[in-house]
Amino acid sequence: MTSLPQQTGGPQLGLVIDLDICVGCHACAVNCKEWNTSGHSAPLTDDEPYGADPLGVWFNRIHTYEAGDGADGQTVHFPRSCLHCEEPACVTVCPTGASYKREADGIVLVNADSCIGCKLCSWACPYGAREYDHSDGVMKKCTLCIDRIENQNLPEIERVPACVSTCPASARHFGDLGDPASEVSQLVRERGGYDLMPEMGMKPVNKYLPPRARPESHAPSPTPTSTATREPGGTGSPFLDWVDRTLSR
Amino acid sequence: MHPAYSVIFFTTASGAGYGMLVWLALLAATSAVSPGLASGIAAFAVALGLITAGLLSSTFHLGHPERAWRALSQWRSSWLSREGIAAIITYAPALLFALGWIVFASLDGPWRIAGLITGVMALVTVACTGMIYASLRVIPRWTDATVVPVYLAFSLSSGGALIVTVLAILGPLDSQWAWLVALATALAWVLKLFYWHRIDNAAPVATAESATGLGHLGTVRQLEAPHSGENYIMREMGFQIARKHVARLRKVALLLGGVIPVLAFLIAGFVGGPVLVIAALVGLAGTAMGVLLERWLFFAEAQHAAMLFYGAKTV
Repeated sequence: MTSLPQQTGGPQLGLVIDLDICVGCHACAVNCKEWNTSGHSAPLTDDEPYGADPLGVWFNRIHTYEAGDGADGQTVHFPRSCLHCEEPACVTVCPTGASYKREADGIVLVNADSCIGCKLCSWACPYGAREYDHSDGVMKKCTLCIDRIENQNLPEIERVPACVSTCPASARHFGDLGDPASEVSQLVRERGGYDLMPEMGMKPVNKYLPPRARPESHAPSPTPTSTATREPGGTGSPFLDWVDRTLSR
Repeated sequence: MHPAYSVIFFTTASGAGYGMLVWLALLAATSAVSPGLASGIAAFAVALGLITAGLLSSTFHLGHPERAWRALSQWRSSWLSREGIAAIITYAPALLFALGWIVFASLDGPWRIAGLITGVMALVTVACTGMIYASLRVIPRWTDATVVPVYLAFSLSSGGALIVTVLAILGPLDSQWAWLVALATALAWVLKLFYWHRIDNAAPVATAESATGLGHLGTVRQLEAPHSGENYIMREMGFQIARKHVARLRKVALLLGGVIPVLAFLIAGFVGGPVLVIAALVGLAGTAMGVLLERWLFFAEAQHAAMLFYGAKTV
């Protein structure tokens, strides 16, 4: 399942998101929203925030999935934002050229001065990364914090995307996925980082690290405490059954 | 996909207008009609009026309509850009064609050539419109090979219905043209039924498992959405229509847009006077409603890959 970044020759800046560590706190989503109340994409819409039908533009949204059935089911928190693909359809469908991928670093951006808000790019994206901001009339998306990563006014340690800097679990990593020697590329190789929906052919740059394999559980299903339904072969004492299970882990 | 009424109006209206231009080019090329003032003015007014209304309506729902001219710049990569350019280019031969028909009362020589170019460019423009949708890999039902032919076929069907009606009212209408429109309509619906058969039996292209990459753990279900309300993506791409409604609406569209117009235009070839006008109008009304419903279903039945993150199982 290991997907290595394509050798395009140039830098491909992107994120690596560790699904094994993400705790679903949404801090990255909130910080992204806060950072973008000023700067490149500002302001992001928040319609009726306390009303009956709130609607707003967010670049980063956190889902929670359950994968597997029954006792084997795992809860996986899943941050989803623009994957800054190598072959993004959102760039090629744009009729005005407002949607573009930077050659220097591979970041996919929207030029809000030429965007006409036709929404075709959002139709073209399999990852739901682009949203229409109806108050500005243009499309908006994750900018990989271009207003932070190159910002000489910020201390060097803060020149990472807002979501990466704020993650309390260190589940988000930022770097050059076009450079096989970079830290993020090594992380992807070690952990088997993968593309989302590769069959769409967008060649996403962002990679997701899968949840680590769980050790196989040998413990039986929890027994009911009533002696009338005790498991055959059990000790007859719920306490001792519990001791047995705990020591078997 | 949320069926946006402006897009449905745009594609059906401009499609009908371009279809009319194709039929006018055929009428001129075969010298079937002696160019009359009334029929010429009416036909070109309706055709160019529908095309212009459709194009303008598509700019009005933009976030920045004043920048719409920028949409012509990316023809190297964008079908939307190509469609805009083709639409504008088509006006040139179409206006010359109209000039010949209406002012010079001539369909010979350069005017016939203008007509032929108009017909070809009209088809090119409609094909570009279809390709805007057919090129979106994320909506597998739209990438079927029949999508662009269906757009072209309904452009001819709806354009033909309008031409027959104009000629029925303002004259003269040769029977075989009514029958040709009936045939074009029948073929359009055969193609559409084939499309529906194909999408109903198509294998899934992507799944929630491939979208999240968590399939190796088992079946993937969304436990918690990112928020309790809706968002732009869910509203735009998340429209769901129940299968039982789809089945019923498809039958209604086939009846209104297919069965009724085919019968009406067949009959139109045998009658004259007021009965002809009634038959033509019935055929036109059926076609209009049928094509609008067909286009609405095209959007409503579309399933977008981004919804795999929001609970959809396959796409």
